[in-house]
Order: sequence, then structure tokens, then C-alpha cells
Amino acid sequence: MSEETTAAKLTRKDFVSDQDVRWCPGCGDYSILAQVQRLMPELGVEREKTVFISGIGCSSRFPYYMNTYGFHSIHGRAPAIATGLKASRPDLSVWVVTGDGDGLSIGGNHLLHVLRRNVDVNILLFNNRIYGLTKGQYSPTSERGKVTKSTPLGSVDFPLHPITVALGAEATFVARSIDVEAKHLQAVIRRASEHRGTSFVEILQNCNIFNDGAFSDITDKDRKAESQLVLEHGKPLVFGKERDKGIRMSGHKLEVVDLNNGGSESDLLIHDEQDAALAFLLSTLQPPSFPAPVGVFRAVDRPTYDASMAAQVEKAKEKAANADLDALFNRGDTWEV
Amino acid sequence: MQSETVAEKAIEERDRVVIRFAGDSGDGMQLAGMHFTNETALAGNDLSTLPDFPAEIRAPAGTLAGVSGFQLHFSSLDIFTPGDQPDVLVAMNPAALKVNVGDLPSNGILIVDKEQFTDQNIKKAEFTESPLTDGSLDRYQVFEVSITKLTLNALNDMGLPTRTMMRSRNFFALGLTSWLFQRDIEPTLRWIDAKFAKKPEIAEANRRVLKAGYNYGETAEVFRTAYKVKAAEIAPGRYRNITGNTAASLGLIAAARRADLRLFLGTYPITPASDILHELASHKEYDVYTFQAEDEIAGVGAALGAAFGGAVAVTSTSGPGICLKSETINLAVSVELPLVIADIQRGGPSTGLPTKTEQADLMLAMYGRNSDSPVPILAPATPADCFSVAYEAVRIAIRYMTPVFFLSDGYLANGAEPWRIPEAAKLPPVEVEFRKDPKGFFPYLRNRETLSRPWAIPGTPGLEHRVGGIEKDYLTGNVSYAPMNHEQMVRVRARKIAGIVREIPPTEVNGPAEGDLLILGWGSTYGSIESATRALQAEGEKVAHAHIRFINPLPPDLNEILTRYERVLVPELNMGQLVRMLRAEYLVDAIGLSKVQGQPFKVSEIVRKAKSLLGKNQ
Ligand code: SF4
Repeated sequence: MSEETTAAKLTRKDFVSDQDVRWCPGCGDYSILAQVQRLMPELGVEREKTVFISGIGCSSRFPYYMNTYGFHSIHGRAPAIATGLKASRPDLSVWVVTGDGDGLSIGGNHLLHVLRRNVDVNILLFNNRIYGLTKGQYSPTSERGKVTKSTPLGSVDFPLHPITVALGAEATFVARSIDVEAKHLQAVIRRASEHRGTSFVEILQNCNIFNDGAFSDITDKDRKAESQLVLEHGKPLVFGKERDKGIRMSGHKLEVVDLNNGGSESDLLIHDEQDAALAFLLSTLQPPSFPAPVGVFRAVDRPTYDASMAAQVEKAKEKAANADLDALFNRGDTWEV
Repeated sequence: MQSETVAEKAIEERDRVVIRFAGDSGDGMQLAGMHFTNETALAGNDLSTLPDFPAEIRAPAGTLAGVSGFQLHFSSLDIFTPGDQPDVLVAMNPAALKVNVGDLPSNGILIVDKEQFTDQNIKKAEFTESPLTDGSLDRYQVFEVSITKLTLNALNDMGLPTRTMMRSRNFFALGLTSWLFQRDIEPTLRWIDAKFAKKPEIAEANRRVLKAGYNYGETAEVFRTAYKVKAAEIAPGRYRNITGNTAASLGLIAAARRADLRLFLGTYPITPASDILHELASHKEYDVYTFQAEDEIAGVGAALGAAFGGAVAVTSTSGPGICLKSETINLAVSVELPLVIADIQRGGPSTGLPTKTEQADLMLAMYGRNSDSPVPILAPATPADCFSVAYEAVRIAIRYMTPVFFLSDGYLANGAEPWRIPEAAKLPPVEVEFRKDPKGFFPYLRNRETLSRPWAIPGTPGLEHRVGGIEKDYLTGNVSYAPMNHEQMVRVRARKIAGIVREIPPTEVNGPAEGDLLILGWGSTYGSIESATRALQAEGEKVAHAHIRFINPLPPDLNEILTRYERVLVPELNMGQLVRMLRAEYLVDAIGLSKVQGQPFKVSEIVRKAKSLLGKNQ
């Protein structure tokens, strides 16, 4: 706890709480925490107006480490708690930190509904494709055939793709970044915080204890140029070390074109954050046949739940000639004895 | 009983009348009952109602499963229950007759819609012969009225489809009974005009049929006598008729206004609690925020989020919803934030009897969470009492930084009675003190008297802190797994709730201060127990009635009161839940009386049990 108010210019240190960080050494969560703490002073939101809410899981310890208001709640329910807080306190900047198990398994329903309502909160979903806190069972984003303690012969169910789920719920801001890509991660989270409405950010996060290297095909330094497709609004979908590959439409599908071998830059798709159909197609791309898109898939404007709710209340207050309690009690037919 | 003749019809005075409207669930019986109730309230009678409807919105028309009923007891004297048996039964079809006629005493008045007794309907109601002709109704005063035909006649020049015209039949029944008991139909006419302002032809149809029913009673040579029930002598003041759910809603709004805080309801529709959502949603001008969540869990989660932000937070539900909310309620216990949980109980287990009443969630409210997790429980005794108990629940929640159960039930929720309207300025204060000062602030530093922790809401500079469901340090609130700290926290949470006894006024005992029998109740059994107690007292029995509003903690004087009577009887609409708590708490040989039929106690059922305990077996 600190006694100073936030009048002075804040630094990263102001957002570091006095609690020891207890993630496993080498966990991808450290990097995410550092980027968020670094970014916070630049967002122009007072520390006391910032609230981090989480559920249960490794990622959900996040609020303890932020020197803001925080609420470490119960498994899967952070979006619901955040909705109640933001709807009744639109003046606050509300963040939800969740994981693939917390957000897409036990809390899947709440995640869908916070997204469709477009409550003005920022959701960071740390996807490590495993249950870490309970020591290594497969998660709803684990690839089919995943061998874990709970699936010794391999999992038989198909995974969810967080970005596709968010787009299906018509989330107004959907993005992906990577724990170790400090600059990209900061830029994406900054965009998320600036977006009015629900911002959904999937962060590919390495659990070095129970699922080490789950995303190494995407994140490895020497491979990433070939395996990441960095999305930029209004720019063609180009990737590759030499920026010599791109994505174009072929019928109803996307395909990779080699710009050195007959492909032309003018055939390539131009990224458009407003185009829902394109965002959906992009969300299905994954290695090995495609690079994994990172960046902002979709960003559109829609009225937010909290602002619309507040507007209804304000309008009702304006319209009511007399909103004192006695008037309320005496509504309808009354009689005197 | 005296008689006088006015306009060729006798008017007979009665002290009390019980009337039951029964028909198909599509026949509008609840509406007819509600308006008869309103007319009766405006006539100054004391009253009590019992709506009784099927869970299916539209069971197949004409079947026994589809019968919906509304019972009203009104009187020139004090009354406490909707009445054990109807004196008058209005049956709109054979199925309604079949389901209800068994409750009608000999010589009771039975009004039926003659045209509905077709062969087909008689068969659907599982009669072999028409009950109108087989002599089975001989012991009643039967009035066969052509309600369908007279309704259609009244509307025949309006060019409305038959289906639409048929929908007004309930207004004929209402008009007729309004005449029979000399009720003024003006308020109902006003309501029709307001309700159907945008559908003038429907308004006109309902007006016409209502008047046709009234005039039929007055002029047709069918009814020779009308009845009059004089106004009751009740405490002076301004009154309105109110259901439990409306009263609870107003209590919540009032408490939030008095606390000068936003009211936030997070909820999910469920019978019989949804009317709290509907009522609150229509009062946004009082700074009321209602959130219809995606499920029960999100409803209470959002409420808890709002509590963290400094709102008066409420979630409303029924038993199945409490099961889903348990984990969040426990989180509220752990993070010590104020939250009112309105459980409008219904028959269970599981989906059970959604539209029928029961008091069987007491153990669930008391113990239905993992670990040692004390939550205060308050229960209203009557529909109007829902106002003050909901208000008190908010006050306790804030003062003690705790979730609080408001344990109502379907009978209170939908039942109505006259409510003496309070003056807002005279309501008790609801004090709120948000922590502002960072100096010496610790999230779990407790108030010495109440043991509650400070309410430090986001937006307050210098008080940034984290709360959560993990066990926390006694002072700082930081995560702590230390063994002794955990025991200290479990104990202090228990002591905090136990300390709420200081808020409980002395228990009122109606009857002798000591004697042969104390009938102890909680919640909606109030009316039946009070009526039974008075009946027994009138026979000279040394019987008293005490009714507790606080169930957790129990009133501090209760133990001593229990010792002053030879026997203690605890009637409950469950298999014996409070009685179990009392036996465990006080080692008293309290005896339970259970009823689990989805219906309130009849007065006679309690009297019979009391007499058997008093050694007076009839
Ligand atoms: S188990 Fe995995 S996700 Fe959890 S803290 Fe350790 S490395 Fe990180």
C-alpha cells in the first residue's frame, strides 16, 4: 500500500505491489506482468481508478502483483464480477485477467456474454494450452491427442480457438500477442485499453513447467518471421524473413502465395479491422500450413453496455418529475384509514 | 347477521369472506383476483391473498393440470391468512370445479360458467357425467351463470374476433362478484383505461363486460342476496395493497436511497423471484441498476462486483439459484463485502414445484457453502413485512460488511395484504462510511464493535488493495496460509456474525408470558400460527406465539423464552429445519409440525397439532 496519490507522474514502480511474485521461474507470466506494469503509467488512468479482476489459475494471481485495486475471485467468474463493477462504476478502468481454463472452460459462458454485451473492460487471456495450477491436465485449447496426467492415452476432444470464439461472440476488439514479444505485446495492450467496449487479447504464454514450448513453432526467434503474420490495418498480409510471402483469397479460403514465385503483391489481402469475415478466416490460420496471425484481428465501434445502461438511468432520472421515496411508496391506489 | 333490502335485493352483512376464483390458466383468474383484491383493499377491509397457479404457462386448455386459482380472504376484523376454505368458489370450467370443489364447505356459494360444461370439457376434467346434473353439487348453493354467452352478447356489435371476446370472460366474473360483495368497480375501470390506453377496443370490451357482470348480479333474478363486509378497524394511516415481492423491492430501493448509494441488482429470471427484477427495472429514476445476467452465477457475481465498487448490491433468486450462487456467496463471506441475497423459496428438491411455496431452504442458507461460512439470515413474516426486512437486510449487510440472506417464499412473494405506507423520513438511517484516509489503513483492520472491515472502494487514492478468496492475513489482507492465522480468521468471521445479536430487538410474544405451549415460527407461517394461537386462546388455552425475524443469529432472548413453556411447537413448511437448529442450539425438546404440500398451513392443522400436544385430542 502506498499513501501517495497519483498527482505526480507515475512510473512502472508505482504499479508494482509489495507482494512476492510466485510464478515458477521462467514462466511467461513474468513478461506479461512486466509489460503491463510498464505500460500502465502511460495510459493516463489514475492508479486508484484501475481495477484488475481475475478468476482462478496461474494467470489469475496477476492482480496481487499490481499496485492498483484488485479482486482475485473464483474460477471463471471474473467477467461477471467485472461487468457488475463496470456497469455500476463506469468511471473505473476495469481489467480482467484470465486463462484458457478459467476463461474458456469453467467460465466460457461468462466470457461469451461479456463479449456480446460489449462491456467496456479489457480482457487479457493467457493461453498456455494447459492447466498449470492443478499441475498439468489438458485444457480446452490443448491440441487433440494431448498426453497429460488426465489423458494418458491422449485427449480425444477438439480444442477451442480463443480468437474464433471471441469473434463468434461479436467482440468489438479482438487481438493476439505473445508473452515474449515485449514491444508487440505493449502495443496491442495499449490499443486494447484505448478501445471503448470489450477488448479481448489472447496472449500466447509459455508454461515452462507443464507445457514447455507449446508455441515454439510460432515464437522461436529463428522461425518466427516465417510463422508469424503480423496484422496491420490497411496493409497487405505479408510475412517471411524476406517479406516474400503473403496471404490471398482462393475461392472461400485463404492461401499462401510466394511473391518470388509468380505471386503478386496486388493479389494479397489488405488487412481490415472492420471486416468480420476476414477476421474469422484469419482466426483459423495456424502452423504448420499457415503462419499464426498476431495483432488486431478486429476493432469496431459499438455502444457499450455500461454507457447504455447509465444513459437509461440518467434519462429516467431526468424524466421523473418527482423521484422521492414518498412518491414511490404512494404509487397506485391508496386509501386513508 | 342482519338483513336490509335495497333495490329489491337483500344485503347481508358478514364479518369475513373467503372467495376463490378458479379457471383455466388462460382465463385470467390471477388478474380477476388481483382486481377484486384491489377493490376490496380500497373498501378498507383487512385482507390476505393466495394466488395458486400451475408451473406450465399454458397447460392444455381445460385440463386439470391447467387450473389456476386465486383466493382472497377479506374481513372487517384483523385477519392473518388467506383462509382455510372458500365460502365462495367461482369456477370458470369443469376442470376448475373438479380441482377446487372439494374445499368448498356445505352450503357454500358456487358460481359456474354454464356454457363451459360441454361434453368435451367434462371429459377433459375427468368427470364421467356433468356435475351440474348428476346431483353431486346438491349440498352447495349453485349459481349456473351463462358467463360465456353474456360476455359475447355484451360485445356482439363490436366486430371483435371470438377469441378476443372470450378473453374478457374474467371481467364478467369480476363484475358479478364485485356486485355480490358490493365492491366499487371504479378503480378497475380506471385500471382498464390506463392499461389498454393504446388498444381502445380492448379497453371498451373489458369495460363493457365488467359492467355487464355487475349489472347482471344486480338485475337478474338469480342472486337474491348481496353481501357486505364493513371496513376493518386497522391502525390509522395511508394504506396500499402490496405483494411481498413488490414490498421487498421498495424496501431495497428505500434502503439504498437512505444510504445515498446506487442500487444494483444482478439476477437471472426464476419463479417466484422474477417480479423483484421486474419491479426494480421499472424504477431506474431511483438510481436503480438492474442487470439480467446470463445465469444465476453471473447474477450474483455482478452484484458482488458492484458491491466492491460501493453499490448496494442485491441478487434475487429461488432455491435452485442459491445452489448455483453458493460459491460466490462464499466469496462474499471471504472478501467481506455487503450483499443481499433474496431467496424466494419454492418447493424442491431440484426444479420441484416452481410456483408453490415451501420453507425448505433454511438449512441451505445456513450451511450450504463449503467450510465454516456464517451468513446472517432474516425472514419476513407477511407480504408487507417484506419491506422492512429487505430494508433491514441492506442495513445489516453494510454495517457488518457481509452477505445477508433475505429468506422469503412464494406465498409471501405473490400474496398481498394492506401495507401501511411509511414516511420515508422516519425510516431508520442506513449508515455508510467509505474509508477515505490512507493513514493507518489496512483492508482487514476491523471495527472494534462490529468487527467489520473497512469498505474501501476503487477510486479512493492511496487505498489501492487486493481482496480475494484465498485466506488472508488477519490485518493486511495479503495471502496467508499460516495455520494460526486461518483459525483466527475463521473465528473472527463467526464472531462478527454472532455479534449481530446486538441489532435484534426483544422477541415479541403474543400470549401469556409463560404457559403450556409456545408456538414458535419463522417466515410465512406467521398468519396461520397467529390465527391458530388466537383460536386456542379464545378457548382458554395457555398458548403463546413468537415469530422470529432473525434466524442467524438467533435472538439473544430466545433461549430463556423457550424455557417458560411446557412445550414448544415449531410448524414449518419443510421437514423440520428450524426445529433442528433449536434443538441443537438450546437442547430444548421442541416438536416440529411439518407440511410439504406446496401450500401454506391451514389454521385448523396447527390448532389440531397444538391440541394434541395439550392433551386435548378431539
Ligand atoms: S505452472 Fe506453468 S503457468 Fe503456472 S506459474 Fe508455473 S510455469 Fe507459469
